[in-house]
Amino acid sequence: MHSMTKRTLAALAACTALSAPAAAQVSGDLSIFLDTSNPAPRATMEAMIERFGEKNPDLNIEVTVIDREAYKTQIRNFLTANAPDVATWYAANRMKPYVDAGLFEDVSDLWAEPMFENDLKSTRGAMTIDGKQWGVPYTYYQWGVYYRKDIFDELGLSEPTTWEEEKANCEKIVASGRACYTIGTKFLWTAGGWFDYLNMRTNGYDFHNQLANGEISWEDDRVKQTFANWKELIDMGAFIDNHQTYSWQEALPFMVNGEATAYLMGNFAVAPLRDAGLTDDQLDFYQFVEITPGVEKAEDAPTDTFHIPSAAKNKEAAREFLRFVASPEEQTIINNGKNLGQLPVNSKSTVDDDKFLQKGFVMLSENSPGGVAQFWDRDAPAEMAKVSMEGFQEFMVKPDSLDKVLSKLERARGRIYK
Amino acid sequence: MTASTDIIDSEPESWFHRNQQAIAPWLFLAPGILFFVVYVIAPVFQSFNLSLYQWDGLGQAEYIGLRNYEDLYYEWVDRDAFYVSLKNNLIWLVLYLLAIPAGLFIALLLNQTVFGIRLYKSLFFFPFVISQVVVGLVFTWFYDPTFGLLNQMIGVFGLGPINVLGNEHLVTYGIIAAGLWPQTAYCMILYLTGLNAVDPEQIEAGRLDGAKGAKMLWYIVLPQLRPATFIAFVVTIIGALRSFDLISVMTQGGPFGSSRVLAYYMFEVALSEYGFRMGYGAAIAVVLFLIMMCFIVYFLWSMYREEKGH
Repeated sequence: MHSMTKRTLAALAACTALSAPAAAQVSGDLSIFLDTSNPAPRATMEAMIERFGEKNPDLNIEVTVIDREAYKTQIRNFLTANAPDVATWYAANRMKPYVDAGLFEDVSDLWAEPMFENDLKSTRGAMTIDGKQWGVPYTYYQWGVYYRKDIFDELGLSEPTTWEEEKANCEKIVASGRACYTIGTKFLWTAGGWFDYLNMRTNGYDFHNQLANGEISWEDDRVKQTFANWKELIDMGAFIDNHQTYSWQEALPFMVNGEATAYLMGNFAVAPLRDAGLTDDQLDFYQFVEITPGVEKAEDAPTDTFHIPSAAKNKEAAREFLRFVASPEEQTIINNGKNLGQLPVNSKSTVDDDKFLQKGFVMLSENSPGGVAQFWDRDAPAEMAKVSMEGFQEFMVKPDSLDKVLSKLERARGRIYK
Repeated sequence: MTASTDIIDSEPESWFHRNQQAIAPWLFLAPGILFFVVYVIAPVFQSFNLSLYQWDGLGQAEYIGLRNYEDLYYEWVDRDAFYVSLKNNLIWLVLYLLAIPAGLFIALLLNQTVFGIRLYKSLFFFPFVISQVVVGLVFTWFYDPTFGLLNQMIGVFGLGPINVLGNEHLVTYGIIAAGLWPQTAYCMILYLTGLNAVDPEQIEAGRLDGAKGAKMLWYIVLPQLRPATFIAFVVTIIGALRSFDLISVMTQGGPFGSSRVLAYYMFEVALSEYGFRMGYGAAIAVVLFLIMMCFIVYFLWSMYREEKGH
């Protein structure tokens, strides 16, 4: 009932507005579907949409928030049956099925505008399929090694930069009765993060991309080298035991209690670690070390995005909304520490002075010459991602089964890419 | 008044009137049949059809003949996911049947009149009332390798720790044990109602002839419990074949896919986050359907035989 009255009022407002249209304002109805169902992101998004509404008083905006996990299956239905004007999703290969099925609107025209052209360069590649852009990013975040600085100090260790230093550090940590890294692989993707880094550092970004695109055999010697490096850590006892039973959240206490000293994770791990009582003096961050000297460093930085479904009714307003989202002011606000606590995609906006965001921003803008990957399960096709991450988990539990795992992945490659 | 009765008498009986006896049951059955056809029979044939296509649920479906089944065959040969699922399904079928003797045992134990027996019965029935999701969570914590009760318990004897849900060989048995908890309660209730119908005169007669203990149970009580056993068998077999929620809650098919069963594998392939191979999912569903069909035919046949016998 409430929304009915709101609608009528808005319709009335729209009628009166018709007589005197204001410049650069959009009107009509705009329906937005969000997957930001966690409390903080949800509030951020709703506040941002409210600001957009204030700028466009003639627009009747309707927001639907869907549970983040449920969204992943529902998007298939609503894009075809009951399309909103704007919907959230993810970059790179994750949007490919919808681009291929013609369900996302080509927004290359937006990307030809000066702001997108100049200030959003860093994410352009992730939004491009077949030479066209299919959406607009609104946030991204760095991955890297979060570690317990106090334990490093206690053992007399310093931040490593090379593979040898990393392993030497780890040996000392294991000798002190701790595990080097905590990880929970129950939901598989965390193992994908390790594979991303080990493979990008061993063989480089381009090789990694080719592997994700099915152009390289899984039984290639270079792939085996990646796993050989991984095995060195596993054999050392670097990872916590029973990681296959834990989710990534359940693996956090090991780090909080000091049973493990580091966590290869996305920046979203910082908030729960702080909530668990770790101070910024205890917690620090370093970029994943160099493995093969000379290979340009590339980073994982998953990007979350907005798209316009092809079946949207008010595409003009939707485009205006995307411009608004990507604008430097909004990017600064929604990504600050009080809101999403992540990195803005617009290079004209300011990064929050949170220690980890600052470090991440410097790392991604200055120390990532190789390129920026989205994450294994967004770069590889969904099916390959699933099979391979299962293989990574099996390898981490039973390192000796490597040949079996790789031949399984190679068979899957033959089937999946055609 | 009289005029109207005259008219009815004089007119010939309507077609409906003549065939009322034959039509009425069909009329009453019609809504049920309609829904059964639309929501059960038709989807069965749709699945058969879909299993011959390659379709991601969005674009055009491509006809590929029996290729999905061929892929399943190769997964079987390579001891891949399909083989593991089918093997686990068999383990489920066999071990889940333990719920029947266990249920019978508890029912016999509870079939007495002492103070507070109703409370005991409710307590034993409790696991069947709570959701499978809760059962799964409780057992996940029970098995937890660091703080789980199981490891605390075997720790007393200097054993362990064992990571039941993280071990590819133990995980299926661990989940079945969790599943047996509510299923035993279900069988117990079936037997408790069955025991109410046991004829006391026959017991009396058996006792006079000197039967007691196991002999009494085997020759006098169990034959009278046949209907209850039959139903318990049916629901347990079906429960084993559609075991899904526990796997989803406890392991998501892991570690590395070693606790999958066909129902879960079908979901994973067709509907999960990384899935959307609708045709392949349908092919798995067809295989599962054929396995179920064996049991369904057996059940229908034995029911039919039973009815004829009376």
